[in-house]
Amino acid sequence: MITAERKPLEELIEYVKPFKRILLLGCNECVTVCAAGGRKEVGLLASGLQMAMLKNGSNIEIHQHTLERQCDPEYVEELIPMIDSADAVMSMACGCGVQQIAMRFKDKPVFPAVNTSFMGASERQGVWAERCQGCGNCLLGITGGICPIARCAKQLMNGPCGGSTGGNCEISEEVDCAWQLIWDRLKALGLQDMYLDNIPAKDWRSGGGNGPRKIIREDLAE
Amino acid sequence: MKTESKLEKILAAGHLAVTSECGPPRGAKPDEVIEKSKYLEGIVDAVNVTDNQTAMVRMSSLAASVIIKQQGLNPLFQVTCRDRNRLAMQADIIGAYSFGIDNMLCLSGDHTKFGDHPMAMNVHDIDSIQMIQMVKDMRDKEIFQGGAELKGAPKMFIGAAANPFADPFELRVMRLAKKIAAGADFIQTQCIFNVDKFEQWMEGVRAKGLHKKCYILAGVTPCKSLGAARYMAKRVPGMDVPQEIVDRMASVPKEKQAEEGVTICVETIERLKKIEGVAGFHIMAIEWEEKVEEICERAGLLPRPQV
Repeated sequence: MITAERKPLEELIEYVKPFKRILLLGCNECVTVCAAGGRKEVGLLASGLQMAMLKNGSNIEIHQHTLERQCDPEYVEELIPMIDSADAVMSMACGCGVQQIAMRFKDKPVFPAVNTSFMGASERQGVWAERCQGCGNCLLGITGGICPIARCAKQLMNGPCGGSTGGNCEISEEVDCAWQLIWDRLKALGLQDMYLDNIPAKDWRSGGGNGPRKIIREDLAE
Repeated sequence: MKTESKLEKILAAGHLAVTSECGPPRGAKPDEVIEKSKYLEGIVDAVNVTDNQTAMVRMSSLAASVIIKQQGLNPLFQVTCRDRNRLAMQADIIGAYSFGIDNMLCLSGDHTKFGDHPMAMNVHDIDSIQMIQMVKDMRDKEIFQGGAELKGAPKMFIGAAANPFADPFELRVMRLAKKIAAGADFIQTQCIFNVDKFEQWMEGVRAKGLHKKCYILAGVTPCKSLGAARYMAKRVPGMDVPQEIVDRMASVPKEKQAEEGVTICVETIERLKKIEGVAGFHIMAIEWEEKVEEICERAGLLPRPQV
């Protein structure tokens, strides 16, 4: 999933200050899972903004709505009946959702309410960690299922570097050395010899090196 | 012989090679490079020029290598993966060779977190092993990494680093094998204080015959003070400084500590000389270049052989 964290309230107040009526949009997918921009967070932010604006002696009308997914045009269409009554939109979705709204409603200012971070998985309740950087050519099949691009601070494909200490990355004790993890997995699978194969230099074109990416499925496209 | 490198000639002739290090200044101060290099003239066979060491911006290793070459010494041009993509690396390598610089060291590079620009991107377009492969192909196949023909190929003597003290230990011999398979001609190790552990690593290295495929230069560093010993023991990732070394430094008064540090270094070199497979020494006397001569003198490494 895509993870995100809500921006500081001060920044959001600056965005909405010039406006009288805001449409505050949540998203029911990724940002709900990481408790950054779902229905509940929309409610909390609406109260927070209203209180802050009242303190400053101004009123603000906030209409709350949560879409199933903001990254899908089909759901964004649901906003048509409510868009005219808003001066501006604040979206709690990830950057993909915010942009979808902005592209659809070209004459409405649209502001992001969260900082979108990484593609990750849940380690435990309340903790999400980076797992994938969308390199476009997945090599998890030869690294024991651990990604050296997303999880190694130097994205080494023939790691570890000389800074690996006690299973941790040189940058912090909180960060696992990805190559320690990979080695442990190769051992568990009896594939130690695989470590000797040198992985050649990566072709980064599939990872964004060829510009912004697109997937076109002819069998599904209309 | 793969190159015209003086360092390769010395090693191929069976002499113990000696290299040292010069960290470029944090400013356009060529005189500082010249001054440091004077301490090493005639004392070592090649001088490593570090590349934004500890992720702190310094005069580029290419520029400093050129200055050192102009002083008549033999630079060993270090390149990290952290700051450059493969285009810039190849351009710098061709550039370096165009100045007659024919030794290089391929490194990953310390993370930007440790330096003065933690906000910068860590490039890592390729890793150190892929860099070794790239330079080998530039030299021997005369092609660029992208595949096109390379006229005016850089005949570099290719080095890499090895750290017998980093974790996981069981991987460290295999990692050397990977670097040799990629094309490393020589390696320099992280500085050795724990000779027993180094011997253990060398056993693994010899068991695979790697010491015959690649020249291994054992790294050593003189501790300037008790504080320096403690710092290396606790704060530098991948360094192994046994407590007995720290204790030995602590056992002498402050004004005698530098001398003790040099003595420990010389003793370490004497022990390392006896280990089969050690082809030379890499003396890292950081900001203490003036001590290299004394260390070499006392360790019986002078005069340097002429080839």
